Amino acid sequence: MKRESKTKAGFTRRALLKSSAAAAGMAAGTGAITGFPTIWAQNPITLRQFGTGVSNLNAIAEQCKKDIGVTLEMTATDSDAAAQRAVTQPNSYDVADIEYWIAKKVFPAGVMQPMDVKKLKYYDKIVPLFVSGKLTPESTIAQGTAPHTVGFVEKPGDKAFAKAPTQWMTMVPTIYNADTLGIRPDLVGREITTWADIMDPKFKGKTSILNIPSIGIMDAAMIMEAMGNVKYADKGNMTKEEIDKTIDFLIKAKKDGQFRAFWKSFDESVNLMASGEVIIQSMWSPAVAAVRGKGIPCKYQPLKEGYRAWGGGLGLAAHLKGPKLDAAYDYINWYLSGWVGAYLNRQGYYSAAMDTAKNFMSEDEWGFWVEGKPAKGDIVAPDGKVMEKAGAVRDGGSFFERMGKVACWNSVMDEDRYMVRRWNEFIAA
Amino acid sequence: MTAIVSERADAQAQGKAALRLSPAVVSWLQATPLALILGAFLALPILMITVVSFWDYDFAQMHPAFVATNYLETLGSWVTWRTYFNTLKYAAIVWAITLFVGFWVAYFLAFHVRTSTMQMVLFLVCTVPFLTSNIIRMISWIPVLGRNGLVNGTLIEAGLISTPIEWLLYSDFAVVLAMVHLYTLFMVTPIFNTLMRIDRALIEAARDAGATGAQILTNVVIPLAKPGMAIGTIFVVTLVMADFSTVQVMSGGQSASVALMMKNQMSLLQYPAAAANAVVLLVLVLLMVAGILRIVDIRKEL
Repeated sequence: MKRESKTKAGFTRRALLKSSAAAAGMAAGTGAITGFPTIWAQNPITLRQFGTGVSNLNAIAEQCKKDIGVTLEMTATDSDAAAQRAVTQPNSYDVADIEYWIAKKVFPAGVMQPMDVKKLKYYDKIVPLFVSGKLTPESTIAQGTAPHTVGFVEKPGDKAFAKAPTQWMTMVPTIYNADTLGIRPDLVGREITTWADIMDPKFKGKTSILNIPSIGIMDAAMIMEAMGNVKYADKGNMTKEEIDKTIDFLIKAKKDGQFRAFWKSFDESVNLMASGEVIIQSMWSPAVAAVRGKGIPCKYQPLKEGYRAWGGGLGLAAHLKGPKLDAAYDYINWYLSGWVGAYLNRQGYYSAAMDTAKNFMSEDEWGFWVEGKPAKGDIVAPDGKVMEKAGAVRDGGSFFERMGKVACWNSVMDEDRYMVRRWNEFIAA
Repeated sequence: MTAIVSERADAQAQGKAALRLSPAVVSWLQATPLALILGAFLALPILMITVVSFWDYDFAQMHPAFVATNYLETLGSWVTWRTYFNTLKYAAIVWAITLFVGFWVAYFLAFHVRTSTMQMVLFLVCTVPFLTSNIIRMISWIPVLGRNGLVNGTLIEAGLISTPIEWLLYSDFAVVLAMVHLYTLFMVTPIFNTLMRIDRALIEAARDAGATGAQILTNVVIPLAKPGMAIGTIFVVTLVMADFSTVQVMSGGQSASVALMMKNQMSLLQYPAAAANAVVLLVLVLLMVAGILRIVDIRKEL
């Protein structure tokens, strides 16, 4: 019902949007539809948001303008540049869209302010993974920089993270996913069940891992542990000896010719897989979809040791106050109100407030993306492209099966600098 | 009143005379525009890089300081030495191949093509590939050399090999091949230029004096082509030493080059470390160019 009225109105609205003068008045009209305050339409407010690109999507900015009249100016950077900018230019942004491990570096610098959960309309709807660290009461807490460990502070002005949930949230989670290995099921020729399979001599010269130190080391750790080489106390915060052991192992594997290449960007990983240069490698879920989009079989293989997860959220700059701060809260409340969540779920990521996103997805979409059920009809991407044919089942299954098996989160280690130096040695070796 | 006027006229005359009479001032003025441009866009940035190379840094920012850590870490690590060695290896191999290929292409254009129109046409044909971006030219090798690429596909279908040749792509071979492809023209152009300036009478004289073709080549043509070779060498060596994209793409990220190392450091925001590396590379390349200029006096022929 709601969705229909939105799409119908969408066309004329988009046409109107072209004239920026009309945009403000028009947003006032649409605000009524979704029940959001319309004040930002009469008193136009622009929020400057920067972040790591996954969720810096123009579609979100357009819809935000439409629904609550707040203009979003988005800047996308890579994660290292995002960390730097957050700390060194705190006045250059209003909203930071960053990953949790970046927040662990950035928040203690005092450039962000925590959010009052009483003002967050959908706080209760946020997946408990980001509050208690447990998806279900039975789940175990994963290693690494788990979002809940950097999710709260005791009071505004605090720089140390709180041990348990409080009234003050550092970042509101927005987008997250569970990563694993991608494989070419037509070429591997056997069942892939563990992270250790990437080191199988049978796949010599046909494997790849990603060359982004902070993420690559985690994949390497999953592999090492699966092979039984090391038992890490905390994969997300290795000691120097653990780093040495891991990197030495990687160097040896590289010299033995186990790897075909190392990839740094999304498209490289897609091309390596699509061309058959590599048949098993670290991969991101949209890259798997892109390979399949070319008509080439590719699977995001669930593994028995579990997934490596990552998560991002929105944080507020310390300098925000008055109407801008109110607008930022409205924006975050809008973000969790469902439209964005549905948009992200449809791309294969997960929304932090699943219940609200459900209202904006069709039953079939919800069944395929979240419940792990076979698709009844074709599954269509937000850009209109068919992603999966009817009958397809999502790799790894349902939301609970996937996010319930997280072994570790992307993280920042205390021995970060040492790790990066050793990683560079691995690449140069 | 009149005195003042005449004084002013005097001063004007003197001013004019001074302008006309001081060649030193004229020279300075003539040199100013270039000096300003080079100063602002070359000397100043290099100075800043040098200054920053002594700064300290953490994950987010640089701090003005005077520490030698960046140089000690750079020069004290075996990664740096291995990377420099690797880069020099590429430079040497690519230089030798481009010199050989470039010389013979230029020789053919200069001595075997009769009409100057045809020479220009053929020379322009050499530059045609350069109408596309060099990234595109480099990446086009991937589908050719890949495991399921054109070369392997053809060889397998012809029954010459049973399994694909693995070292064609993501190897040193691929890096060198792409570099030779990208940089040979930089060798052809200057050598062609010097060969065209060789007085044909010298060759006739040599022939009249009874020299064989090989003797003409080694005693007349090559010595006279040396300045062109030197200029081409400078182009190729500096291009290879500063390359990062070819090495990264063609080696599949498995090999390192000096510039790639710098790029990695910059993406991790370790600007001072990258600056120290840049200074070391600059010194090395300048030494190499100085060495080339010592062997061949290119000014003599320009």
